[in-house]
Formats: sequence, C-alpha cells, structure tokens
Amino acid sequence: MSTTVEAMGQRVGAMSAAELSSRPDSRATVGDVTVANPRMVCREVDVWYGSKQAIKGVSLDIGKNEVVSMIGPSGCGKSTFLRCLNRMNDTIDGCRVEGSIQLDGQDIYDKGLDPVPLRAQVGMVFQKPNPFPKSIYENVAYGPRIHGLTNNKAELDALVEASLRKAGLWNEVKDRLDQPGTGLSGGQQQRLCIARTIAVSPEVILMDEPCSALDPIATAIVEELIDELRANYSIAIVTHSMQQAARVSQRTAYFHMGDLIEVGETNEIFTNPRHKLTEDYITGRFG
Amino acid sequence: MNKPSSAGAPPRRAIDIVNASLKRRYARERRFRLIGLTAVVMGLLFVALLFADIIGKGHTAFQQTYIQLPLTFDAGLIDPKGTRDPETLRSANYNALIRAALRDVYPDVTERRDIRALGSMFSVGAPSQLRDRILANPDLIGTTQEVWLLADDDIDMLIKGYIDRDLPESERRVKDRTVEWVERLEAEGRIEKRFNTIFFTHGTSREPELAGIAGALMGTFYTLVLTLLLSFPIGVGAAVYLEEFAPRNRWTDLIEVNINNLAAVPSVIFGLLGLAVFIGLFGVPRSTPLVASLVLSLMTLPIMIIASRAALKSVPPSIREAALGVGASPLQTQFHHVLPLAMPGMLTGAIIGMAHALGETAPLLMIGMIAFIVDIPSGFTDAATVLPVQIFLWADSPERAFVERTSAAIMVLLAFLILMNLAAVLLRRRFERRW
Repeated sequence: MSTTVEAMGQRVGAMSAAELSSRPDSRATVGDVTVANPRMVCREVDVWYGSKQAIKGVSLDIGKNEVVSMIGPSGCGKSTFLRCLNRMNDTIDGCRVEGSIQLDGQDIYDKGLDPVPLRAQVGMVFQKPNPFPKSIYENVAYGPRIHGLTNNKAELDALVEASLRKAGLWNEVKDRLDQPGTGLSGGQQQRLCIARTIAVSPEVILMDEPCSALDPIATAIVEELIDELRANYSIAIVTHSMQQAARVSQRTAYFHMGDLIEVGETNEIFTNPRHKLTEDYITGRFG
Repeated sequence: MNKPSSAGAPPRRAIDIVNASLKRRYARERRFRLIGLTAVVMGLLFVALLFADIIGKGHTAFQQTYIQLPLTFDAGLIDPKGTRDPETLRSANYNALIRAALRDVYPDVTERRDIRALGSMFSVGAPSQLRDRILANPDLIGTTQEVWLLADDDIDMLIKGYIDRDLPESERRVKDRTVEWVERLEAEGRIEKRFNTIFFTHGTSREPELAGIAGALMGTFYTLVLTLLLSFPIGVGAAVYLEEFAPRNRWTDLIEVNINNLAAVPSVIFGLLGLAVFIGLFGVPRSTPLVASLVLSLMTLPIMIIASRAALKSVPPSIREAALGVGASPLQTQFHHVLPLAMPGMLTGAIIGMAHALGETAPLLMIGMIAFIVDIPSGFTDAATVLPVQIFLWADSPERAFVERTSAAIMVLLAFLILMNLAAVLLRRRFERRW
C-alpha cells in the first residue's frame, strides 16, 4: 500500500540542499522516513482533537533495536504521535486517528484489533513517574500477573527481579520490595515505571519525556538504561532536550506544528540539518 | 533628566504606591477575617444552644420514678388452685394485688374516688411488671416483698419538678391529696429515680412511662441496612459507568442534569412516588423497612452518585494511563486501581447519604411509617417506624412526659448522626493517599 508514500519519502530524501533552501516553508518531510528492518511502520497519520488537526500526514518507521527520538517545540504533536503508537489516544474524548500504523505488518487501528494485547506489546513510560500506590513488588508484578505471564510465585519473583535489574533499580530496592513505590525518589520512581513496562516483555517501548521530571544524575542513569535496553527493544522517545536526543538516539525526527519536518541519522540532523525549521530549532532560534 | 515630568514632582516609585495601599489592604484582610470568625462563632453558638436546649430538656428522660410498696403475692389472688400453671399466672389480676397493698399502707383512704386516685399513682404497666416477676420466679407466691413499682407519668413529672406544687390545685394535673401522698412516700424514702431501661427496651406506647425507642431504633437499623445495600452498589456502579465508560453525548448530559436535579428534589416527593409506585403498583407492604429503604435509596442515590463521581474524578489520570499502559483492560484498570483509590471518597459519600437517610422524616410519612406500632420489628417486612418519625409522633403528643422523651430521642438520633459523620472523617483520614 505504501509504495507511493515510500517513493515520496525517498524522493524528498533525494532532493538537493539547494532545492530545499529554495522552498524553506515546505512542510513535506525531509529525509528518509523508512528503515531497513522496521518494527512499526506509520504512513500518512492524521490526528484530530475534535475539529483541530494535531498531526498532519506523518510517516515514520521505527526500526528494530534502534532508538528514535522525537524533538520539536511544545505543542508540535510529538507526544500525540507517540500516544498513537499504542492507541493511548483512545482514552481521550474526541480524538480521531487516520492513516495507517502497523506493528510487524499488522494494522493496530484495525477494527478487530484489541488494544489490550497491543499495549502489552508496545509499552509506555510517561512523562511524570506514575507508579501505582502499591508496593514496589506489586508495581512490577502487576503486568505479568494480569497477562498470566508466569505460572507460579517463584517465576514471578524471578521476573520481578530480572525487570528491576534491567531497569538498574534492583540493588537499591531489593531489601524493601514491600514498601510503596510512591515512596521512592523521582528518578527511582521513573526506573520503577520502566521496570514495570519491561516486565511484560514488550517489543517496542514508548517514552514520553521520561527525564523531564528528573535531576541530571537520575537522567544520566535513565539514559544509560535506554542505551542498554536498545539491545532488546525498539524505543521511541519524545524529549525536549536536544542533548538527550543526541546522546541516546540513532535517528531523530523533528516535528513542527503537527508536521514531521525532518528525519535522519541523529548526528546528521544535529550537525547538518537540511530544513530551515530544523536548523532554526536546533540552533536555538526558537523552541 | 531634563525631560520634564508631567506633574513637575519627581516620579513616584512603585514601592511608594504599594506602601500607600498596604494599610488599606491589611484592613480589608482583617475585616474579612473578623467576618469569618463571627460567622463561625455564631454557628457554634447556635449549635451549643440547640444542644443545651435538647440536653437540658431531655436528660431527665433517662431516669424514671419508681414507688416502693410492701406487697403480698397472695396465692388466693394469683393462683387459687395452686397449679402454678403459667397460663393461670399470666391471666391473674395483679392490679388487685396493688390495690390490696395500698389498702394496707393507706388504711385511712376509704372513699372510692380516693382509692382510684391512689391506684392511679402507679403506671398501668405496674401490674404486668408484677406478672413478669411472678412468671420468672413462681416461688414468690405467698410471700411479702418490698417491690419497686413503676410510677405514673404524672407522678414522675411531679418528682422531676415539671409540675409546680405551688400552683393552685385547679391548674395542676396532680391533685392536692396525691401531692400529700407523694410527699409522705418521699419522706419515707419510698420514692426513687432509677435509670430508665424501659426507654431503651420498649416500643412506643400511649403511656409515656412505658414508651421506648427500641422499636424505632430497630426500624431505623433495618431501613438503613437495606438502604445501604441497595443504594451503594447501584450508586457506585452508576458513577463508574458515567464517569469512566459512558460516551460524552447529549444523553449522558441529560442523565447528569437529571441526577443533579434529583438531589435537589424535596424528599416528600420521593415519598409520594414510593406510595404510588412501590406500594400502589408493586404491592410492597406499607409501613415496612422494605418500602422505606426503597424510597430512601431513591433519595440517597443522587447524593451517592455525585460523591462517587467526585471521588473518581480525584483519582489522577496518570494512574489510569499507567494501568492501561501495561495492558490492563478498562475494567481491570477500574477494579484494580481506580476504585480502590476512590473508595474512601465513595464511602464518605455513602455515610453522608446514610446520615441524610437517617434523619429523613417527610417521605416516610407518605408510606405509612407514621402508623402507631408498639411491637419491635424483627425483619424487613414487619411494620415499623423510624427514629425521626418517632420523634415527630412524640412531639405531637399532649402528655408532659413526652416532651422529655422527645428530647431524649433527639439526643439518641444526634448521637448516631455524630457517630456516622465521625466514621466518615476517620475513613477519609485513614485511607487518604497522596500522590
């Protein structure tokens, strides 16, 4: 279905810099939106909140074992786009999604598709750490338990430990698993939320500004963690910090007013932006 | 510098303007605080006045006057055949025993009228008091005992000082010679005030000294239990559906407006509805806790739905997102996360709704709860009355002794209300969570 779209993406990608600078207000995506081994494929995604269009024809792939970062000024639609990827927008009244979003070839907005298993496959970490007001153990064990991923207590214990270890939290909390997750520090809470997400073994992890509420030290820990998680997961991360995007991601997508302006290798985008808007943003002229 | 300022004076600094207005601002603040304080003090004053009045009038109801009499349990009067058959003992003429005892104590009273006046110093319940004693212990037959007998309410009022002994006889319910007898009894130490257990163990009665709130209390208990069982699950269910699942459209808007309106409907309307629908249409037995709780459920439902929705709204959306994000279904999200967090607020709403139902009178008058029911109800379909209706009935009774009983019943009702509100506060404090 998407041959024309892909062709278009490549065509734009093939445009010369001279061609681009001649039409700096073009909103067509610059750069190649496709990857060689995509996990999620989004084509011409439109999102409306009531009558207001928040996302305009965005196409983007998320590849296996890569971190894609999405940057852009506030209100540009990057979080909205991220929340489309696991149908979290379903919970918002008046939100309408059009276009095609596929996970491993399956359209996730298919009428017959159940969002519950989808969200088990596409996990999400939110901007504000939101542990359940339950014990640390229960926070991590909740997902596996409702999905029936383990057969007995020993397996569940092992899974909780493994998840907390992957999230780099095990050593800090192993002696107080029965204490409330809300009693942890902000950075620890966010890592607990990451542990909770990876406990259900998702294939893709979406992170919506996961470090915006954290101090630099906690941020560094989480960033390190994201880098380690890349070995097993595909990660899409929304961030306000361009430094963070540069540090953790392989590809970067720049959003502006609902349009995907430019996609490319992260170091390409930051060292040699091809679109005027991207350049303005990363050089700090606005945003 | 050489640019002339408009007024010629040096430009005023902002801080000067601030300082100039500061005094006025503080004065306004002080005034506001004073008004608030006055309002609080006034409120407390009226509450104190209410309590002082009720307790002042009602505390004497917790005591009841008894008169001591040396009484011979004459075998010839109680059990002439000596069979000790409970049926015989039950139907014996115990009034005759009292009259005989009185003849012995007051041999000088011979006139019929005076003898009757003497007898009427005792409650009409006194003979059954004796009967119960004999039935419990038939060995007393043939012996002479000093027994304490329940005094009539007029004597009780006289002892408690509610009847002025200095008034002329014609303006007083108790005649001069009765006062004389009472004074003699007092001098002999044969009159005593005891804790009024009858008030807590008996149903209502035409005789104030035999009237109690046990029937109304049990009626209230059955009614409230059933009201809670009916309205809490329905209210919470409706709130969860409306708040979390229902689409936002014209229909749900209409439902919301109607629920808010229902909360403001005068309660007597609910009584009429109950009369027409539950009793008239469905044939639910009237004057029972069952129909009362159906009506009160209708009345408390809007309160409960509104409180439950507020409680659900106060659960941060991040918790829902977190649950949905790990793949919980909407129902699991509700039952595992949202409801437990909203429960304290819902329970508080439920208790406040129940307290509302506890004090409700008007709708119950419509469905027959005003009937005079002496028996203590033992089930949801027994005829019963409830505390506020009992208070209403007693307040309407002409006997002086019902005044203090009315106040005492109000005290009991208030005690339950305070207990319930306290429970609501404690629940809220106990389960309050912070995010």
